Amino acid sequence: MAFDKMELRDIEVWDGNFAAAQALRQCQVDVVAAYPITPSTPIVEGYAKFKSDNYVEGEFVMVESEHAAMSGCIGAAAAGGRVATATSSQGLALMSETLYQASGMRLPIVLNLVNRALAAPLNVNGDHSDMYMVRDSGWIQFDAFSPQEAYDLNFIAFKVSEDHDIRLPAIVNQDGFMTSHTAQGVHTMDDDTAFNFVGTYNPMNDMLDFENPVTHGVQTEEDWHFEHKARQHNDLMTKVGPKIDETFEAFAKITGRKYNQVESYDMEDADVAVLCMGTSVETAREVALEMREKGIKAGVVGLRVLRPFPFMEVREALKDVKAVASLDRSSPNGAAGAIFNEVCTAMYAADNRPLMSGYIYGLGGRDLTKAHLVELYNELDSNVKAGKVTTQLQQFIGVRGPKLAYL
Amino acid sequence: MANKGWDEFEIGAMLRTFEGSIDNIAATRQEDRSYTENSSYTASVADWRINKPVFNKDYCIDCQFCWIYCPDVSIISRDKKLVGIDMDHCKGCGICVEVCPTNPKSLLMFPEQADEETEIAQWPKKDEEEA
Repeated sequence: MAFDKMELRDIEVWDGNFAAAQALRQCQVDVVAAYPITPSTPIVEGYAKFKSDNYVEGEFVMVESEHAAMSGCIGAAAAGGRVATATSSQGLALMSETLYQASGMRLPIVLNLVNRALAAPLNVNGDHSDMYMVRDSGWIQFDAFSPQEAYDLNFIAFKVSEDHDIRLPAIVNQDGFMTSHTAQGVHTMDDDTAFNFVGTYNPMNDMLDFENPVTHGVQTEEDWHFEHKARQHNDLMTKVGPKIDETFEAFAKITGRKYNQVESYDMEDADVAVLCMGTSVETAREVALEMREKGIKAGVVGLRVLRPFPFMEVREALKDVKAVASLDRSSPNGAAGAIFNEVCTAMYAADNRPLMSGYIYGLGGRDLTKAHLVELYNELDSNVKAGKVTTQLQQFIGVRGPKLAYL
Repeated sequence: MANKGWDEFEIGAMLRTFEGSIDNIAATRQEDRSYTENSSYTASVADWRINKPVFNKDYCIDCQFCWIYCPDVSIISRDKKLVGIDMDHCKGCGICVEVCPTNPKSLLMFPEQADEETEIAQWPKKDEEEA
């Protein structure tokens, strides 16, 4: 190989962005087509610098928009390369048309999505509205709660996405600024271990296979379109989950870090639980421990995979809990929160259906404080004591002005 | 192809051009290639055409300009000689006529229903001014 290897310490102090950039380097991504946007910029900037410094053998394609960035990734993936990019918020919005192309064409592309609010009003801080916007796009979606996980999940995303039984693109989410710009200790893999985990890219139906010419991106009307979409949905519902579990196992074997589609914290004997994503999980875990000191058996469920939604794993995690709050960090704009909806679907046919309520929080980077969560757990405790949800099903927390509650 | 279920075809919005692998395809004539039924080679788009090119071999110098410029590979050339037009795939764009350098042109556009022999019999004479 013509590139240099990099010596890493066992633990490096990296923020989420740099951790993701290092993962792209270690995976030896062939093509990054990118149009940088805050707060994801350092990811593609990092890859470009690694390439300039001869730490990676690949191509960095500078394009004129995010639509072109994902289009470039699609072309490179169809040609037969290992492909990745990064974006946030408005960038993802402009990419959204091509995201459906990538998944429908069954091209394994890894997109690092550094979660940021969607304008208007313009905002660069973290919430999950961009993650939610593309939840029906057919991409696999992982969620990192910390820089360590942003690093690890990139390897897992490539491994799952590129598997020939899967061949679906994957998004690795991390919270804008809270994860992307917060430096923490990150346990690293050396270059060989990391690369060997994902392995040499094994193309499928690639356009550079001149002995077997293919046409990608064909048109189908009412005669075939439905069958293609059905196949994609089937693979997401039945094949991706087991492949993710298998990959989490394989990753744990080499790193000792075991991930789960649904992460449970203090859930063994929990009466009340908060289910959330991103950096809020860590805050909730801390508060749950404090609630336990006050006699409330609190637990936390962290959603590691948003798509395909791990319905059975959520059902298992919540099977003995009496009340659960689903936290959505995106304005549903006229509906129930997306996670609340999915959790209700997961628990609808469960033997013991818990009391379920939903909370909208943290829009535009608004802090979710420990005080908010203490109040929330107390509310869940009241629900358990009353044997019913004592509040409206949807409440806003942390917003100024008169109380907002619906349903 | 018809009536296949969602689990019965290859994943991705992808179609294969040939049955099996190909070797030295550039040296294999279209009629000898193992095109799949998904290849446009087996589909006719003749009805897209309003005007059609007519080829008059009396003036052709076999420069191959039309063969190079045709966007649908519809100029049939054998041993560097123009032998005809693939009327299943020609869409009547007229580019071949535009690039034809002879005087008079060896390719001219006529309405789809025009009779070729009649038009060739009335072919324009050499343009003396241009020459």
